Amino acid sequence: MTQVPIGIVRFPGTNCDQDVFDAVAAVERACPVWLWHKETDLQGAKGVVLAGGFSYGDYLRAGAIARFSPIMEEVVRFAVDGGPVLGICNGFQILTEAGLLPGALMRNDRLTFVCRPQSLKVETADTLFTRQYERGQVISFPVAHAEGNFAADPAMIDRLEDECRVVFRYVDDRGGKGLDANPNGSINDIAGVINERGNVLGLMPHPDRAMDRMLGSADGRGIFQGLVEAAA
Amino acid sequence: MTVTLHDPLVNPEIVAAHGLTTDEYEQICALLGRDPNLTELGVFSLMWSEHCGYKHSRARLADLPSTGPQVVQGPGENAGAIDIGEGLAIVFKMESHNHPSAVEPYQGAATGVGGILRDVFTMGARPIALLNSLRFGELDDPHVRYLFRRVVAGIGDYGNCVGIPTVGGEVVFDDAYRGNPLVNAMCVGILAQNDLTRGVASGPGNAVYVLGASTGRDGIHGASLLASAELADDTAESRPTVQVGDPFSEKLLLEATLELIESGAAIGIQDMGAAGLTSSSSEMATRAGTGIEFDVSRVPRREPDMSPYEVLLSESQERMLVVADPHREPQLMTIADKWDLACTRIGSVTDDGIWRVFEDCEEVCAIPVEALTEAVPTYVREVEPPAYLASLHAWSPRPGWLDCVEPLAALATLISAPSLASKRWVFEQYDHHVRTATVIGPGADAAVLAIKGTQRGLALTIDGNGRYVYCDPYRGGALAVAEAARNLVAVGATPLAITDCLNFGNPEKDDIYYQFVEALRGIADACRALDTPVVSGNVSFYNQSSVGAVYPTPTIGMVGLIQDIEKRIYPGRAAVGDRLLLVGGDGAHLGASSFLKEVLGEVAGRPPTVDLKAERMNAEAILALNEAGLIGTCRDVGDGGLAVAAAELMFGLESGLGVELEIPGRAGPHALLFGEDGARYVVTVAEDDESRAAELLAELEVVTRACGRVTGDAAYHVVDVGSANRSVLQASSETSIPNAMRQTESNR
Repeated sequence: MTQVPIGIVRFPGTNCDQDVFDAVAAVERACPVWLWHKETDLQGAKGVVLAGGFSYGDYLRAGAIARFSPIMEEVVRFAVDGGPVLGICNGFQILTEAGLLPGALMRNDRLTFVCRPQSLKVETADTLFTRQYERGQVISFPVAHAEGNFAADPAMIDRLEDECRVVFRYVDDRGGKGLDANPNGSINDIAGVINERGNVLGLMPHPDRAMDRMLGSADGRGIFQGLVEAAA
Repeated sequence: MTVTLHDPLVNPEIVAAHGLTTDEYEQICALLGRDPNLTELGVFSLMWSEHCGYKHSRARLADLPSTGPQVVQGPGENAGAIDIGEGLAIVFKMESHNHPSAVEPYQGAATGVGGILRDVFTMGARPIALLNSLRFGELDDPHVRYLFRRVVAGIGDYGNCVGIPTVGGEVVFDDAYRGNPLVNAMCVGILAQNDLTRGVASGPGNAVYVLGASTGRDGIHGASLLASAELADDTAESRPTVQVGDPFSEKLLLEATLELIESGAAIGIQDMGAAGLTSSSSEMATRAGTGIEFDVSRVPRREPDMSPYEVLLSESQERMLVVADPHREPQLMTIADKWDLACTRIGSVTDDGIWRVFEDCEEVCAIPVEALTEAVPTYVREVEPPAYLASLHAWSPRPGWLDCVEPLAALATLISAPSLASKRWVFEQYDHHVRTATVIGPGADAAVLAIKGTQRGLALTIDGNGRYVYCDPYRGGALAVAEAARNLVAVGATPLAITDCLNFGNPEKDDIYYQFVEALRGIADACRALDTPVVSGNVSFYNQSSVGAVYPTPTIGMVGLIQDIEKRIYPGRAAVGDRLLLVGGDGAHLGASSFLKEVLGEVAGRPPTVDLKAERMNAEAILALNEAGLIGTCRDVGDGGLAVAAAELMFGLESGLGVELEIPGRAGPHALLFGEDGARYVVTVAEDDESRAAELLAELEVVTRACGRVTGDAAYHVVDVGSANRSVLQASSETSIPNAMRQTESNR
């Protein structure tokens, strides 16, 4: 069986790179490949992941500097050509800074970092990345961020909702809008969005940290399976 | 006796301002065979400060057990290391950053985390976990709330950015810490034993490099003046002595250092921590038995016009001193370039045993290396027990003194006291999942990490009880170790070794010195009995301000091993009808307890007696019970006694479940419920396993009794005493700290 190379970008300050590497490696046929930020070659990767962390220390603004690194030019070209790109946490922030996804991630409404298990509702199973789930399914990925408060202008929010491009929404354990269900104050409880073409997904919660029941959840496997299948 | 001072710049006032006594100054002159110049005086003041030279503690620390088959590296290095099998070692250490955090809580706490991370990765180990132990005044003080919020933010922002999970720790609030909070940070790393790197400047002719950040004026005299003296009232004036952290640089330095060690290009590496370039260079030369020389004008600066004195004493963060074969310089530079770090050759290793410093090729210091590191004066004295202990110990309760204290109301008070309440407000600000190995995170008795590539698990905890040590230093020291061991056993781990952080007041005062000596004796005895040698640690004296000394607070960071991670004991694994067993006997002792402090507002009496044989036997019994597959879940009986342990156990159960406790006899339930006697655990066993468990425990000659069961009614019952609603109790635990932190703060 042919291997599917999946590129994992390492910026200075990326710190979930190994976690994503392990998550990709756990998927059958997937072959994780490191992509260094100073490089200009995706090394044949058929899918790309921007992992979480604090690229360039989150200085200036989360993701604002990373988007100018040499590798990002290639990632943008790859995405524009329809290649599957997944951005997790800081990766999501970079995708919005690079213009591959709409909106911005602002400081959490609680003004502090928040790390906890987080229930999510899968709003659409009709994407490359969420085919393994069912619409309306409640799953759990950990969140860990200080700037995850998704915002966009009202017209863009309406458009995202109308086009079913809100892929995940924060919910409470029972799938409802309970008190404190939303960890960061994002508009419409948005946790993850996809681009118009459906090949670039960004989300704040960490599927890479939900790969093993011993660590609390194995619900994240579906995302990486989806990515690898889309890339194959 | 008079001192002759030839250098016009060095006079008795200057000597005193450097924190050195006249006697010490004379010793320096004798070691040099001349008077020191001002730069040399500054260097001695740092290296002979309590913080770097351990002059009041060194002789006593030698009494701590530090050997054992599990010890790969004992005290004296940047961090200790222990063998966990499969060729792997765990490297760990704890350190204080108390005064910097009192002065500037955010940067003080952040740089404490940065320093301890570097101590671990400089050994070649990849950091895998952080823990911390914090003490603050009571939360009704607006300044305490300010310190608490900023310390937590500083710890979180630094560890989160570097990407090392903060998996556990403790936070205690007591008025004794109002003027001087305690911030102790522990880091744990892992490596293949063959990769262990030491901080040595070996091989005369080898080159010396500074790797990482440039050097500025921040942190000058942090070690000598800030860490080695009592806190003044106006702490704002000390702010220039606090360093500023940059976790992004730390992350780059971490990756570059590990890559450098892996490449084999580095012979020795050391973090430039307290006393910066001075301590790192002299300590590396001491360990290798060599000399070292360098030129301060080659050290990259971030500020113009810095004197040699300032460069030598700066505690600018995120810098490492590297010794390497000059032929491998290209490899060194390639790695530094990859991580966008500066790497500058500043000097070389020599064979004359002299620590020699130049500025633009002109010699500014020439001091025998050992005069800085080994000739530090040490002070030992015999002191009498302080008078306050006798009056505390004279405490004895009047008959009927607890008649008016309703036990369930007392439980509610305890569970919502900030020291015992849920710390979710704190640990949700720390990334505790990154690196995807956190099997049991903050909030349990101990944290458990999976060791990737093996079946093994690592259990980690920090414990200390300053009130106990204040009320009885020997018992308090021993009980801190015992409590840490119990916490590890309660998750199914075998304790292996400890690191300690010894936080005390001014050791020049007899009462404080007595507390220190006796607490250390207690720690040593407990470590011997429990087979947990001390492999690293830190002493922090002068933790006192105008409101007095803090409680003497040794904190114990303990590491344990779970051979098979599938056999860990974790919260919540229990069902309706499961039996509760109290292993280790009933509580009888309320002296110095949380009950006395939180419910009655009294600090009196003595902490429980120490029975180290029972601690060991009962720990082994819990592990045997677990090995036999008989334990559902387990909690050690600590602060707040059986009543609080059972409540915490209940909070971990599936919602809808509750517990029912039975206590023998109806009279005087308080000591049975809230007594903090040692060597005790509460466990759940399935109904069908109860007799097998009882048999096994009887065989092991461990005192045990059935003390209740798991119920299906979401309530907390004590038979014949009363009941409380689970959700009400749990909410009071969860909301205590968040509610306190909603009030305004002040940075006075």
